[in-house]
Amino acid sequence: MSHCVSTDHLRTMTEEPRVVSAWGLLRLRKQLEQGLPLAARPYKALAERTGLSEQEVMNAIIQWQEQGLIKRFGLVVKHRTLGYTANAMVVWNIPDEQVQAVGKTMADIPFITLCYQRPRRLPDWPYNLFCMIHGTNRERVLAQLNSLIAEHNLQDVQHSVLFSNKAYRQRGGRYVSHD
Amino acid sequence: MRLDHTDQQLINHFQRHLPVCERPYLEMSRQLGISEQDVIERLQSLQSRDVLGRVGPVFEHSQAGASLLAAVAAPEEQIDLVAARINRAPGVNHNYARQHTYNLWFVMTAPYSELLEEHLDELEQELKLPMLRLPMVEGYHIDLGFDIDWESLP
Repeated sequence: MSHCVSTDHLRTMTEEPRVVSAWGLLRLRKQLEQGLPLAARPYKALAERTGLSEQEVMNAIIQWQEQGLIKRFGLVVKHRTLGYTANAMVVWNIPDEQVQAVGKTMADIPFITLCYQRPRRLPDWPYNLFCMIHGTNRERVLAQLNSLIAEHNLQDVQHSVLFSNKAYRQRGGRYVSHD
Repeated sequence: MRLDHTDQQLINHFQRHLPVCERPYLEMSRQLGISEQDVIERLQSLQSRDVLGRVGPVFEHSQAGASLLAAVAAPEEQIDLVAARINRAPGVNHNYARQHTYNLWFVMTAPYSELLEEHLDELEQELKLPMLRLPMVEGYHIDLGFDIDWESLP
């Protein structure tokens, strides 16, 4: 983790009673959804675009990280460009009473990058647990999957492997900005 | 794509915890032993080569607004056309072809869930294709900031 010399100083600043413009904060979120500017003083650039001060921009970003609105603040890698071209979505039909336990187990497996529960849509879609494996080739991903099945006794669980063939779009979520 | 050692270090160190201070790229450059200008130029280059989607925050979707994973079963010969129509709908941020009867998988976002449902209704009517709507019930692990295994890359 990287610290700036001035971080502690910032925290004391957040406690100062000063009302930050709600519209300014919304503008800041819109700007941040496009990414941090690549200029020597990016927070100052954001301040100029949003009508906030540089200090207010930095305080808001620190606060949003603490509150969990920003869950990760860093470089967002496009894995496919780097060569992670074997991207498998593995879906499972797990009995309801076990899905939480299995989900938590899978979450701790290093090669599983995403794992979540979703509703079944019967009769078309019987699967309620999703996990993603990002790999560099399909054989390796399938070998990882087989070891996972063997290790966790999932041989009898109905599942399906959906490799991606093509990305038509891949970008960050834009919740408050317009397309 | 092969990256040089410094680019790899930049990614290894800063997939999370970007410094929040007046000169964040200067702070990063000190940790890497290069100049601030070099950090900025490398980030620009990584973005232009499509290695980085962006520099900056990943918002927690459950707090940031509404989002939903959906899938449609498109006739194989029309898949590019259907994918293009999906991309034209508001708020689509991911859209992949996958090997299954449901062969197009996309994530749609909106400021709030009623609007999201409206946008999906409109899209479903336009496409006239079976659509699965699969909201998240519970996330057990959602983090694409995993360590890159540089050795395994082609």
